[in-house]
Formats: sequence, structure tokens, C-alpha cells
Amino acid sequence: MSIEEKAMAVQKAFGALKALGRDPTRLEFDEVISPTEAKLEGRRTILLGTNNYLGMTFDETCVSAAKAAIDEFGTGTTGSRIANGTYELHKSLERRVADFYGKKCAIVFSTGYSANLGAISSLAQSGDYLLIDADSHASIYDACKLSDAEVIRFRHNNPEDLAKKLARLQDKPGDKVVVTEGIYSMLGDTAPLAEIAAVKKEYGAYLMVDEAHSLGTLGEKGRGLCELEGVEADCDYIVGTFSKSIGTVGGFCVSDHEGVEILRSISRPYMFTASLPPAVIAAAKASFDQMEANPQLRELLWRNARTLYDGLETLGFELGPEVSPVVAIKLPGKEVAVRFWNALIEAGVYTNIAIPPSTPNALSLLRSSISAAHTREQIATALDVFAQVGAELNLIPASKADRRRLAEVQGAMRIVTGTGGAMVRQPISGDLDQAAPKTGGAKG
Amino acid sequence: MATLDSVQSDIIRLLGEKIEGDLTLTADTDIVVDTGLDSVSVMDFVFELEDEFSITVPLDRISDVKTVGQLSAAIHGLILEDA
Repeated sequence: MSIEEKAMAVQKAFGALKALGRDPTRLEFDEVISPTEAKLEGRRTILLGTNNYLGMTFDETCVSAAKAAIDEFGTGTTGSRIANGTYELHKSLERRVADFYGKKCAIVFSTGYSANLGAISSLAQSGDYLLIDADSHASIYDACKLSDAEVIRFRHNNPEDLAKKLARLQDKPGDKVVVTEGIYSMLGDTAPLAEIAAVKKEYGAYLMVDEAHSLGTLGEKGRGLCELEGVEADCDYIVGTFSKSIGTVGGFCVSDHEGVEILRSISRPYMFTASLPPAVIAAAKASFDQMEANPQLRELLWRNARTLYDGLETLGFELGPEVSPVVAIKLPGKEVAVRFWNALIEAGVYTNIAIPPSTPNALSLLRSSISAAHTREQIATALDVFAQVGAELNLIPASKADRRRLAEVQGAMRIVTGTGGAMVRQPISGDLDQAAPKTGGAKG
Repeated sequence: MATLDSVQSDIIRLLGEKIEGDLTLTADTDIVVDTGLDSVSVMDFVFELEDEFSITVPLDRISDVKTVGQLSAAIHGLILEDA
């Protein structure tokens, strides 16, 4: 098949869906106003699909640090650390991330994608085994392709299936590396990490956890699901990204195993790509400082997550299995997902559309990600829009979309959500509305 | 010990339970193109085969599989290796 024929096949597969409205791969924001608002097609739009969990992208401290780094070190490194050398900035960021996790070693990568690619493909080599959750992110699957290890999938969030597969490998030589995620990005569900860690210990395997969506969102200190579940000592390698809670770009791998340092010498995604630029490093370091200094951001995040989740559930939408910073609406098909996504944009709410084959169990999803920087008014407005569009598309009963009824529910939720976010396992104290503005400053 | 024929007939039975319509499954049936199952559903079907035959199916052993016959041969090979 020629390249043109392949292009035609892709066009045929997605053309009908794109014909229903916008192309999600080509959406253009005219202006980004704040962590939670942008201009899209000339309209002010609430951003509910940017993974900006703590609203760090406009944090004044982070922005100032990035500007100062440009003045001092320039705009870029113009190459890899192998070829162009390591800046003191790279080393200081690595020390900052290692200290944050309380681990001996940290290696930073240019993106979260390349952190998974680089760590997984290099730690598990020929003769080893990678055991990955079936719902793993594309970067984990791609890392498996780059590795010479044998790749085995286990059923999503199923420690029993993992145990069965590790048992079958017991007499075989080679390292066994289990890969799981903290929060899964499509449905927002968390891994049963304590059970998975127990299985890995029983069979002498290594455990790698991708905390991309759980860094900053889970755990008392924001270290993720490993911290929340009390299994940090059992997680041999933690990978993550700076592009979500940290509000910039880049990735990392931390570990107490000093052997992880071999990645610098053998990991192709580490060695053969340009290193992080000074502004990004400075912003990331400042963001870790801000995250640690402002634990109330996590409380705000979970209050907002519960408000959105409960509101959508009350409206009658079918949602992901648990309250999470990722709130996914399950829809009856690709077409309706596309119509819903387009109608929300026209009404001033931006979410993410996710359809098969990118989704688990062939689900069609409308995925929202909530931020600590969202105001109550923004969430209330978004829920009004979900109600209106959902009723118009016959996804929810019109009676549930009644605006007065919704307002009553939202009023009740404001009281209920004051009890705090269960996932951080700590009570909310003080007026959270006063805690938000630090990271929610508007650009103009 | 399972034979290739018995493995294939088990796979045809299990696959038949997953698809709609009157398609007659044979060794030459293309698992994605002919059945209407998407690639994710096919990968989940592999979990059922793992349970049915008490084996583990590494991804590289089925990465080139397209037909029921090829899948049967791959599964049969793994059963023999584990015996």
C-alpha cells in the first residue's frame, strides 16, 4: 500500500466523524487567558481538558523563574546532554525531584513520553519480562516495542491475573518488571497498588509506577498513589511528567536503585534528544516549591473534582468508577461523543474526546480534567452547559437538566463538598476560596 | 494434550460467542477485518484464551497474527512449550 493509499484509509476511517464537526487534532486556541480559560473561535471558553491540575501554568513564581532563567542561560541547550553537556540547572532539577520523592536517584527526560520510553525500554532488556497493565498509556506500549524484553499484558487493575502470570514465569531466568499507573488517564480510576506491590514482592519482581496524573493530585505531600497507598518503599521506579500538575514539560524517573543511572549511558530517548531548556527547568523547580508550600491546592482540586463528578452524576450521566481529577462521561457511541464534544465547545466548554481504539473496552468518552484553579462559578457554568447539551442530545432526561433543580443540587453540593477530598485523607480547614488566587492569576 | 485442531475449534467456539451475525468462522477468517471486532477487543479476547488454555501469551507471539488459523497455531505452540 502506498503512502497516499494509507492516508486515504485513515481519512476513510475518521472522515465521517470529522465531518460532524471539528477535528480534535487541529483545534486552535486564539488566546490562553488563565489556567482555566482560553479564547476559542472568538469565544471565552472554560478549559476542562488540559490536565492542569494545580493551575501552575500561570503561577507568578514559576513564570518569574522561567523568565530569569532565559535571561541568565538563554533559550535552549541546542542538543542532548551527551553531546552538549549538562547544565547545573539539569542537576539541580534532578536533585529537587529526588528530594521531593525521598529517593537516591533522579533522571530527567525531555517529556513524560520519553521518560516512559527511556526507562522501560532500558531497564527491561533481552531475556527479561515486562508485565504491563492492559489499559496502559500509549507511551508504555511504545516503550515495550523499543525494549527487547518479552511483553506480557495483565488484566486492568487485576492483581490476581498479574500473580498468575508471574507464577508461570517463576522458574524462568531474567528480571520481571511490572508496570502500572497511578491514575489511569481515560477513566480516572486508580490502581490497586498495595495489592500489586504485595504480588511483586511475593514473586521477586520489580515495580514501576507511572504517576503522570497522580503527581500533585494524590498523597498528603502530593507524591502520588505510592504515597497514598503507603507503598513507596516497594515501588522500585517511579516515572512521571512535568506537563500536568507541574505545569510545564518534561519527565523523570526516580529510584533508590543506583543502577538506574545506567539510563544515562544506554537509554536512547535520554541520549538522542535535546535536553530540557533553562526556562522549563526553572519553572519545574519553582513549581515543586509551590506545590510543597501550598498543600491546600490539592484540597481545592479534590473539592472541585467532587463537585464536577457529583454534578454530572446527578444529571444522569454515566461516569468513570470513582471521583478523580479525571472525570469521564461514558457515551453510547463515537458519533454521539463527537456531537457532544462539538456542542460543548460551541457553548464555551472545552473537554477531551476519546474514542476507540484509544480507549479501554472500546468506550466512547468525553473526558474532563479538573483544576484547583477552577472557580465554583466556572464549574457551575460548565454543569449548566453539560445539562443543556446532554438533554438536547437525549443523553439525560430533560427533567434532570432542569436549571432550577440543578441549581439546588449545586447549592447542596457546596455544603457537602466542604467536608474535603477523600483521596487526600485529610480534612479541609479554612476558607479554600482564599487559597486559590496564587495559581489562578489571569493573563489579561 | 491439545491438538492444533482441538485448539482451533475451541478458538472458533469462543470467538463465535463474541461476534454478531451469521459469519461462519474458519481458519482463514481475518479476526479484525471479517469479524468487526476492533483491535482492543481482540486483545481482550486473548485474555479469555489465556484462561481457557492456562497459558500466558506474550505480545510478540501474536503481533503478526491475522487469521483464526494463525492464532490457533500460536496458541497451540505456547501450550506445547508449557507442557
